[in-house]
Amino acid sequence: MSTPAPTAAPQPFPAAGNISDADRENLRRNGVLLTSLEELYNWGRSNSIWPLQFGLACCAIEMIAAATARFDIARFGAEIFRPSPRQADLMIVSGTVTKKMIPQVVRLWNQMPEPKYCIAMGACAISGGPFKQGYNVLKGVDRFIPVDIYIPGCPPRPEALLNGLMQLQKKIRGEHLTGPDAAKHTRADAPSEYAVPTCGAHDIEPTHNPAVWTPPVPLGRLGKG
Amino acid sequence: MSPAAPTQAPAPFGAPSGPTVRTVTDAFHGDLLEVSMGPQHPSTHGVFRMDVTLDGEVIVKLKPVFGYLHRNHEKIAENTSYLASMPYTDRLDYLCSMSTNWAYALAVEKLAGQAVPDRAQYLRIILAELTRIVNHACLVGFLFNDLGTSFTPLLYAFREREKIIDLFEALSGSRMMCNYQRFGGCRIDPSPEWLAAASRLVDNFPRFLDEYERMLTGNEILLARTQGVGRLKAANAINAGITGPVLRAAGVNYDLRKVDAYGFYSRFDFRVPLGEHGDTYDRYMMRILEMRESVKILQQAFRDLPTGPIMDPKAKIRGFRPKAGEAYGRLESPKGELGFYLLSDGTPNPYRYRVRPPSLINLTLLEEMCLGHTVADAVVILGSIDIVLGEVDR
Repeated sequence: MSTPAPTAAPQPFPAAGNISDADRENLRRNGVLLTSLEELYNWGRSNSIWPLQFGLACCAIEMIAAATARFDIARFGAEIFRPSPRQADLMIVSGTVTKKMIPQVVRLWNQMPEPKYCIAMGACAISGGPFKQGYNVLKGVDRFIPVDIYIPGCPPRPEALLNGLMQLQKKIRGEHLTGPDAAKHTRADAPSEYAVPTCGAHDIEPTHNPAVWTPPVPLGRLGKG
Repeated sequence: MSPAAPTQAPAPFGAPSGPTVRTVTDAFHGDLLEVSMGPQHPSTHGVFRMDVTLDGEVIVKLKPVFGYLHRNHEKIAENTSYLASMPYTDRLDYLCSMSTNWAYALAVEKLAGQAVPDRAQYLRIILAELTRIVNHACLVGFLFNDLGTSFTPLLYAFREREKIIDLFEALSGSRMMCNYQRFGGCRIDPSPEWLAAASRLVDNFPRFLDEYERMLTGNEILLARTQGVGRLKAANAINAGITGPVLRAAGVNYDLRKVDAYGFYSRFDFRVPLGEHGDTYDRYMMRILEMRESVKILQQAFRDLPTGPIMDPKAKIRGFRPKAGEAYGRLESPKGELGFYLLSDGTPNPYRYRVRPPSLINLTLLEEMCLGHTVADAVVILGSIDIVLGEVDR
């Protein structure tokens, strides 16, 4: 989809004319609902995020706990855990990703339809966590797939997962459908699939995906241009 | 089970049917189908994979594939001090961190020849039995998920789990990763309020079990789906080294709490439930009955809990270096015999650190249990074995 060159300066969000939020609120109280398509679309999407039923390790138990009666992720419209990636909007990477598992994780990510989001739940998914020194442990799932929300903890409490979900909802509500800062899934040039790594002779090949992650600059070289 | 050879050449598809009655298996007799279940599958309890070969819907070959969660636990433990491995043992069997802690502490105490005060022994039994209740309640919930109840029994199980997990959190500061046991005792002495709350919870627990059983045990679908499914013969189970409720469901009276009488289990009056048929239904009942026995143990422990120190005063936390030697400590975890083998060369790190994971060894006879059953039954059989991938792959 090619976007036409913007003739005027892009409208600030929400782009519902020149009516202020206070006026809209006043109208809403009197039974008139003013909205934009973008807002309506994002409101609907953010309140029906279907996560992929995909437990990796310890954090998966807390993910299940978040779905049960006490924490009740259904309050946020995200209780429908789909076993099939084709029906899922959100991948919660809940646990340690090993080098044997990352090809499957990337493949599942590729199979999910756009728009799709990823939450890295727990220390292991963020950076390798306590198992970072292990020879078989991937040092963060963001080396291969783009992560939207990071939830620290080992494992994070279910409340932390709910907070991460609310942050993701906030992020979705702020996405634009058109314009120069349009959301990733509306742009044809943004990749939605990545190459699946393979198990090489010594390590996974490639060791990271340059499109989403670059190694940090070694500390010694900082400040030398 | 090998597919029966068709007695006559099958008629081409769509040909007018003759007088002979043909079964579906005969008419569609074709190639075997290989299916890879997992590692992302809602019923494989984590990242477990089964390569099944199917004839129609019947399993003729099954190969378990694991290693998707191999987190180098043993290698990391060989490079850190003895105490620093304690939090890693939490993450072995992440549903039962208290028992896993205890198994590791047992092995190190044996290696270093440390004594444990009476109060700590009782606290360990209290926490291990609470863990057993959590594990079995959740397992039954997951088993029913595999049977297709879509979450309802699990909601009840997790309601009870949250109550016990709250106790763990109040005591140790963490819901799941308790890191509570130490070499020569326990980390924190529970307050009288904690003990009163725990005792109240245990007294109320049989009511939950009655409610749970009223819903589940006599259920017609459960009986049809589990009785006679996944039979395990006692002799084969013994040969394969299977332990825990899976072995006892086959009728073998082997419970380390009685055999080894580690800790103070010899002071407690409880019975070991045994199954008759070794099928999935017996394995389910084993869990329910063990929860009832655990309640009995807990009530006795709360009654007899002595006062006193919770740590051996001679225990050394800093600069802990056991003498050169080896030790194997084992206990009856909710899944079976969990053992830690340690080889010390006198340095602060173990020279060799090995876990005997009950989940992994109980998986060895999965193929034998599943042969001749359908894929849907294999899922239930796997659920009844009770595996945790953190422990299988380590």
